[in-house]
Amino acid sequence: MASDLRLVEAVKATLGEEMARDESVVLYGEDVGVAGGVFRATDGLLDEFPNRVYDSPLGESGIVGTGVGLAAAGMRPVAEIQFQSFLYQGFAQLQQHASRLRSRSRGGFSCPMTIRTPYGGGIHALEHHSESFEAGFAHVPGLKVVIPSSPADGKGLLAASIRDPDPVVFMEPTRLYRSLRESVPDDDHVVPLGEAAVAEEGADVTVVAWGSMLQRTLSAVDDVDADVEVVDPRTVYPLDTDTITESVKKTGRCVVVHEAPGTAGFGAEIVSRLTETAFYHLEAPPERVTGYDVPVPMFAREDAYLPDEERIAAGIRRAVEA
Amino acid sequence: MPRTTVAEFSVESLEILAPDGSVDEELEPSLSEETLFDIYRTMRRARRLDERAVALQRRGELGTYAPGTGQEAAQVASAAALAEDDWVVPAFREQAALLTRGASMENILAYAMGLEEGAESSAEDRALPPAIPVGSQALHAVGIGWAQAIRGDDTAAIAYFGDGATSTGDVYEALNSAGAYGAHTVFLCQNNQYAISTPRENQTRAETLAQKAVAAGIDGIQVDGNDALAVYEATRLALERAREGDPVLVEALTYRRSMHTTSDDPRKYREEEEEVDWDRKDPIARFEAYLRGRGILTDERVEELAAEIEAELEDAVAGARETAAEADPADMFEHAYAETPPWLERQAAAFEGGDADGE
Ligand SMILES: Cc1ncc(C[n+]2csc(CCOP(=O)(O)OP(=O)(O)O)c2C)c(N)n1
Repeated sequence: MASDLRLVEAVKATLGEEMARDESVVLYGEDVGVAGGVFRATDGLLDEFPNRVYDSPLGESGIVGTGVGLAAAGMRPVAEIQFQSFLYQGFAQLQQHASRLRSRSRGGFSCPMTIRTPYGGGIHALEHHSESFEAGFAHVPGLKVVIPSSPADGKGLLAASIRDPDPVVFMEPTRLYRSLRESVPDDDHVVPLGEAAVAEEGADVTVVAWGSMLQRTLSAVDDVDADVEVVDPRTVYPLDTDTITESVKKTGRCVVVHEAPGTAGFGAEIVSRLTETAFYHLEAPPERVTGYDVPVPMFAREDAYLPDEERIAAGIRRAVEA
Repeated sequence: MPRTTVAEFSVESLEILAPDGSVDEELEPSLSEETLFDIYRTMRRARRLDERAVALQRRGELGTYAPGTGQEAAQVASAAALAEDDWVVPAFREQAALLTRGASMENILAYAMGLEEGAESSAEDRALPPAIPVGSQALHAVGIGWAQAIRGDDTAAIAYFGDGATSTGDVYEALNSAGAYGAHTVFLCQNNQYAISTPRENQTRAETLAQKAVAAGIDGIQVDGNDALAVYEATRLALERAREGDPVLVEALTYRRSMHTTSDDPRKYREEEEEVDWDRKDPIARFEAYLRGRGILTDERVEELAAEIEAELEDAVAGARETAAEADPADMFEHAYAETPPWLERQAAAFEGGDADGE
């Protein structure tokens, strides 16, 4: 059986199912209880699990840091950080403790915490509400970084993240929360971390895109006179290098699309890996279509900042025509 | 060693103007009629600006907006106690405080339209731009107040934040650092009872927020935040101390009468009765009753003022719309660095050329 769900509904359903499945899962964060979360991703869960859903005091360092302790004591914390930019306030705890509790204790402790956080632009939010720092999180050894690009993957990847023995930053593209509906399996649906998906097959050029950029890429492809293969990594770290490499070996051309600034963005890592794994198969320089190296502008200029269909199509054409 | 008490603390609370407009004459500050009227005027301007901004947001002209309705006394009366050279460090709901300091409605609206132009400011303004990351700005006010201490200036800085912010590490660090440096800083905490949906009593077990000063070794006082006279007086005294290197935390008890922001629905987490109860303590109505009692306000003056405010608002809306219409997207490349680095220059050129991405 399956239901037609939006991403935010898939997230909520999965949280409920994982809590029912595993009593050690506790859910907390700012406004997640009574109000059901500012995006309503936890709506109703407090009623369903009265002692396992908590409105936290305001403070992200506290949210992440207490999660480390909860995990050490055998719980499986699932925390919401209201917007990804406010995970910077918890970054010290994430980098210094959550990510390396396992290695520092030589495997004696672990931190199976999932930090869910809405991210990305395109919903006309306030300053500091539109960033995508996946590359920064991926740069922290010990962390996993997961980004669903569809409701069904939202469910499968979130289930896998919560069950994962290591800390996961689970980034939910705000732009996709309500804009897309699809059939999502009702029963246990797990998408293993570290497995990319080929969203569209093609022979001429490989485009790698994630989050809300995947949909944009899929529609940009229609404007390009080429047979485009689109790969969605789904897990940023650990990255499924094999799937991307296989695709590029087949097409010989590659474009990476992301909304974060280009410099030191995750596209740089992907292109760098490809020079290691598929260098002699490349027929053109890899292209990156990304946000600019400026703070994400406020929403009046946000559309100019975010890669749109036109820029993505232009990037693909450059790769194909090179 | 026997068990002995080594320190004891208490927290005072100040109210001068009762909800019915009657005044405690012993505590009544001696303010000129002009100052009193100015405070009233700015409270009214802020309230109308909120109404208009929410309406514009509903029409799609503004982005998310955080109204300060109900908190006008806490903001305007505290900002009115500042000297011209003092600094203001706002959070994101401080339209009323900023208007008091001479910010324009037009800039406030432009910012809410998602335009950086609305936050354009410099040291001359003695105010930092709005701070959205909760609690983060308190430390900036400590840095400013510390600079004032280093230079021996007779000025101070005031940081605004909410009850929710007092749970953040940044605010704890700010209170503590201010004391350690002898910074010229006043912390004005508007306890408006909610941090989005989280009521004050779920935020902390502390009985008051003013007592958070105690652990930092600085003074804390609670004040009726809907009482403009008490807020003015408490802030004035706090500023006097701060200028001498003794920072103070003022907790203003108030109520966010409206939604958290335009994307919030308070019905999810609070009862209408509670709101009605606080409506009766409205800061503007209370202050107006006092001013009428003193003959400073008349029906005529109130009407005149309303007309003035409408005119100001219309101009501001028109001005902000013009800024929006003229906004050049390429402006995003202008201010990231003093000197634009070459790689960014390439990005900007590609953007301008309409040919994407630096090739
Ligand atoms: C560091 C940080 N975390 C979370 C948020 C999201 N957020 C915006 S306002 C708010 C509540 C703030 O409450 P309070 O400090 O009481 O101020 P108020 O909104 O009542 O003025 C939250 C959680 C944020 N902006 N910054």
